Amino acid sequence: MNENQSIDQQSVASPQRRRFVSAASATAAGLAIAPGVMLYEVAHGRPEDQRASSAVRWGMMVDATKCASGCNDCVTACSTENGWTPVAESKHPKQAPQWIRKLELQDPLTQRETNLPMMCQHCAEPPCVDVCPTGASFKRADGIVLVNRHTCIGCRYCMMACPYKARSLVHEHLNDTQKPDVPRGIGCVESCTFCVQKVDRGDGTTACVEACTAAGHNALVFGDLNDPESEISQRLRELPTKQVRADLNLNLGVRYHGI
Amino acid sequence: MASITFREVEGSSLKYWLLFGALGLFVLFGALSWNYMHHHGHVVTGMDNQIVWGLPHVFAVFLIVAASGALNVASIASVFNKPMYKPLAPLSAILALALMLGGLLVLVLDLGRSDRLIVAMTHFNFKSMFTWNVFLYSGFFGLVGVYLWTMLDRNVKSYSKAAGTAAFIWRLVLTTGTGSLFGFLIARELYGTAMLAPMFIVMSFAYGLAIYLMVLAAAYAWTGRPLGDAVMLRLKSLLAVFVAAVLYFVVVYHMTNLYFTKLHSVQAFVLRDGGIFTNLFWVGQILIGCVIPLVILLTGLGRQRSWIMIACALIILGGMAQMYVTIIGAQAYPLDMFPGLMEKSSFFDGEVHSYTPSMPELFLGLGGVAVALLMTTFAIKVLRLLPASLDDATVAKLEH
Repeated sequence: MNENQSIDQQSVASPQRRRFVSAASATAAGLAIAPGVMLYEVAHGRPEDQRASSAVRWGMMVDATKCASGCNDCVTACSTENGWTPVAESKHPKQAPQWIRKLELQDPLTQRETNLPMMCQHCAEPPCVDVCPTGASFKRADGIVLVNRHTCIGCRYCMMACPYKARSLVHEHLNDTQKPDVPRGIGCVESCTFCVQKVDRGDGTTACVEACTAAGHNALVFGDLNDPESEISQRLRELPTKQVRADLNLNLGVRYHGI
Repeated sequence: MASITFREVEGSSLKYWLLFGALGLFVLFGALSWNYMHHHGHVVTGMDNQIVWGLPHVFAVFLIVAASGALNVASIASVFNKPMYKPLAPLSAILALALMLGGLLVLVLDLGRSDRLIVAMTHFNFKSMFTWNVFLYSGFFGLVGVYLWTMLDRNVKSYSKAAGTAAFIWRLVLTTGTGSLFGFLIARELYGTAMLAPMFIVMSFAYGLAIYLMVLAAAYAWTGRPLGDAVMLRLKSLLAVFVAAVLYFVVVYHMTNLYFTKLHSVQAFVLRDGGIFTNLFWVGQILIGCVIPLVILLTGLGRQRSWIMIACALIILGGMAQMYVTIIGAQAYPLDMFPGLMEKSSFFDGEVHSYTPSMPELFLGLGGVAVALLMTTFAIKVLRLLPASLDDATVAKLEH
């Protein structure tokens, strides 16, 4: 990884180095300064070929007390943004992929009902990544758990391993609803990506959060868990939250309030 | 010790070619099933996002487990120095290779992207039990292949014990790996236990030997070679011990689960309320797979060859039922994300999941069985794997 980084740095820095050499004829000084110049650029922009940074950990807070019964806006927004067919429109509902779903919980003793969205919990210790034979399931440095579309062989071991039933296999040929920045494919496994295409564009939010906010529920907050000043970090400090199946100690990126 | 003559079967009779053709037909059906599933995607199967591993996995895991068990007869001969088992060893090794090939074919042809098999062979994640199994399966072919070579070639016969010991240790590790495919899963209540590894090993002893006995008896009966009772009775007694050990492990596994309150509902599902799975457990796995075979093998019935064959067939059927309950039953029971609460969603949370296998799945699985039997049928024609005679007098000489 270090080797790759140094190659990146050199290739990006080489035009500057050439200018420096031709101007001052001080090759050694140029080599010493170039990486510093590169780091300065990283801090102020995010070119496409730059790696995700572990300085950030993307996460989500779900306030189940604000999640409205019967509201499906987050699910619809996810399906629209990422191009998967809503289950109601699918000819094969049991085989249709669902990246996010609304879960209705009820306590059989007290009859108390709770609503919440369930999706990939973006574990810090993801079981799907552990079991994936080819390494197609992986966690980015910024905490987003993804599936590499090119190396997934469709073995479904990750689906057996996920305690949240967050993953789906694409069972049939896809129609033309695919989005250019959300690659999908028959025979591969997929799940919530925290709208990685939006995150990488710098939107700083996900489609489900936007939809929930637009509907006025404000049950979802997305942000950087590593930044103590981010809205999500502040809310998580104020409200008691839980991780689903906390007993597994997977250190989830999604935290729930009101469950 | 008396020497024993190994001879190829002639394999020119109409009966031989009919068997060959019938098995070939099933291989063809399996290939067509794979082609159909691969062309349309898993949408044409009974599998879905709830039951993600279906009937092909039941066949594949059964065959892989049985493969390592089929090697046992050879292991007893060379690792434990039992001369009576020596003439039985080559068939044991070839059957192990054939069953492994059949099982692996079903496994890889059921992948969502079976065209990407090369990716599985070039990209590895060493924390994955699947990756470990890729190496365990490849090593099995290599070691058992070498072992078979030492049995067939006089020049390298002196290495037979070393090769046999290596293959024996490898097969124990391999079945540990197969059991751990499930044992290393935390998400589902019925998995996530070290019990699965030794339980799979004991099951492999029983399933592998049952298949071995049926193939041995069929090969000798159909070629008209003598097969004495000494061999059959010795092996059937061994089989009874293995089946009893399987029953013991199953009882301990479920008793342990029953002790933990958090597992009560999933245990109730398997043992009482699970419909098809409960029936398959009690009638298939326990009654047909263990109790009836034990009664046959341990009573006077077990002295008759036809009853031994019936017991073997029942053990194989029970083994399939066990795999069905272990693999599909565990997925049918919903994930318990919120213990104590009722769950409902468009993704079928909180519901027991149903599964109806489709014809392509069934024929893909049967195709794997056919590949294993076809390979064995062909191997005994071209290699000297079967002793010309296994009558009681010949076998008796070996022991002195």
